[in-house]
Amino acid sequence: MSERQDVVVAGGGYVGLSLALALKAADPGLSVAVVEPKPPAALRRDGRASAVASAARAMLDRLGVWSSIAPAAQPITEMVVTDSRVGDAVRPVFLTFGGALEDGTPFAHMVPNAAMVGALLDAAMATGIGLIAPDSVSSFETGPGATRLTLASGRRIEAGLLVACDGARSRLRDLAGIRTVRWDYGQSGIVTTIAHERPHEGRAEEHFLPSGPFAILPLADDAEGRHRSSLVWSERSDEARRLVEGDDFTFALELERRFGRHLGAVRQAGPRHAYPLGLTLARDWVRPRFALCGDAAHGIHPIAGQGLNIGFRDAAALAEVLIEARRLGQDVGAFDVLERYQLWRRYDAFEMGMVTDVLNRLFSNDLTPIRLIRDIGLGLVDRLPGLKRRFIREAAGIGGDMPRLLRGEAI
Amino acid sequence: MSAAPASTVDDAEIRRFSAMAAEWWNPAGKFRPLHKFNPVRLGYIKQEVSARFGRDAQAPDAFAGLSLLDIGCGGGLLSEPMARLGASVVGADASETNIEVARLHAAEAGLAIDYRATTAEDLAASGATFDVVLAMEIVEHVADVGLFVSTVAGMVRPGGLLIMATLNRTLKSYALAIVGAEYVLRWLPRGTHDWRKFLTPAELSRHIEASGLTVIDRVGVVYDPLRDRWSRNARDLDVNYMLLAQRG
Repeated sequence: MSERQDVVVAGGGYVGLSLALALKAADPGLSVAVVEPKPPAALRRDGRASAVASAARAMLDRLGVWSSIAPAAQPITEMVVTDSRVGDAVRPVFLTFGGALEDGTPFAHMVPNAAMVGALLDAAMATGIGLIAPDSVSSFETGPGATRLTLASGRRIEAGLLVACDGARSRLRDLAGIRTVRWDYGQSGIVTTIAHERPHEGRAEEHFLPSGPFAILPLADDAEGRHRSSLVWSERSDEARRLVEGDDFTFALELERRFGRHLGAVRQAGPRHAYPLGLTLARDWVRPRFALCGDAAHGIHPIAGQGLNIGFRDAAALAEVLIEARRLGQDVGAFDVLERYQLWRRYDAFEMGMVTDVLNRLFSNDLTPIRLIRDIGLGLVDRLPGLKRRFIREAAGIGGDMPRLLRGEAI
Repeated sequence: MSAAPASTVDDAEIRRFSAMAAEWWNPAGKFRPLHKFNPVRLGYIKQEVSARFGRDAQAPDAFAGLSLLDIGCGGGLLSEPMARLGASVVGADASETNIEVARLHAAEAGLAIDYRATTAEDLAASGATFDVVLAMEIVEHVADVGLFVSTVAGMVRPGGLLIMATLNRTLKSYALAIVGAEYVLRWLPRGTHDWRKFLTPAELSRHIEASGLTVIDRVGVVYDPLRDRWSRNARDLDVNYMLLAQRG
């Protein structure tokens, strides 16, 4: 007889781990396993950082991991948006946001992925979640009482539900026969960490350059006390490849042209990677005994920094739907149960995908009339306190039909 | 040969449901309305049984150790959740086909449920008694309401509960449950329900109280077409409703 699990989560990133943890915390009687292709040590070495919105932080707090992430987290205390060309000596500031919500908490933190995933892994181990790594789900066959998984190692598992948290290029989504709506922006996001002379004072900057948005996001100082920021730099894909694969000197030069000198001398303090940017939206989120969660359901443009936050929103909503079903004695893999999750999340993610798409098209542009329109728009937002508050709340991930965990409540 | 014993089973009704039995477990199929309806009645059962038996209504195993009868269990849409919550469940249905479907499905789900193709009378005659008896969406299909209610009520142990769900006999229920559900929306096959057999809450309560139980709660169930969801409503018992009764 093969092993039986109530829920198998494919993908041990922050979405998969937080889903597993949320389920196990609410119902210790539920058997949950996470299957991850990378060895756990590699997950703890991820050099990237993510913007964690206030609502996502509340969820991490509720899951008991925020306290171990907090020392590495940098609150974003101010956000500046400019519209400029690369060569502009002075970048007119169109929009500034104080980085706090009405209650004084920062609307977001920059968190190193390694710290976040590390804390989630530790908590998952402590609550009795089975971590199967390195291994991956190579095939599955959905029967009436369970879905039968075969892992790459040959291990077999019967699962009540398989949740694919395996990223924007989800293989399990394809195996489930779920089609996507997708388009490629012809842009890539260059991601790296830089060190700079002067402290950033918790200020995040987003410069809308003609080739795409260029964001500087504040990181906590490293162990040697160096001031650091995370860069997300969009360029046309061919240009991005040239920059990432080229020599350090060219990269440093191009970096300085865009970054400016306001934080003093700048140098690279981490490896650089380029990720092709595209919009991928799954047409369906669920099948019997199968659900998509996080980027597997929606890979969106990082322009508004919302990818991670809607991923947490999915995890919180799915956990809530499944736990509610368990409390009623329902089968967690039943299609009508999973449909509630799809109904709750699919439109929201679609809307976010469209908004980020329009923002990107509007801002990755150098045509004078379009610049004029968007600058008037940004200027207006800056002068209308109500609208601005609304934007801050959106960026903090607050609003809509929020899952309980994102409100900081138990399921 | 002696004459056939008094029975609450109506043969024509059984044939109609047997024909549909294979579809029981497809939430997108013919029984979609029942699958949609399931969470609201499960929620009520969970809440009330937990409250009366001192269990934690949030616990996924709140019914551990309770014996429960699901009379008119059909394909097992209620029996399976009750078993998952920890109850020892007897699922009874007069239709052999339904019981076969239910057994097959429970085996696939790995649930131990005692399914029996039998009638309420035969079960009662065997002397079986339970902490909880569920008679959901069944009384409107039986031939002799008085006999049926006294039979199921007789199987409730002292301190135990009887929960019944059915349709009220009002103009509104005619419009919604017959014209709406069977003719306009086609949720249910035509002829699923006979409006004349519907009982008002007062009529059903009289039958229950005549059987020695006390009706302790009644609640309406209403459909919200915008959210495609059913919910409880304490005041509107005009169409679907549930009654909770206890043996003192």
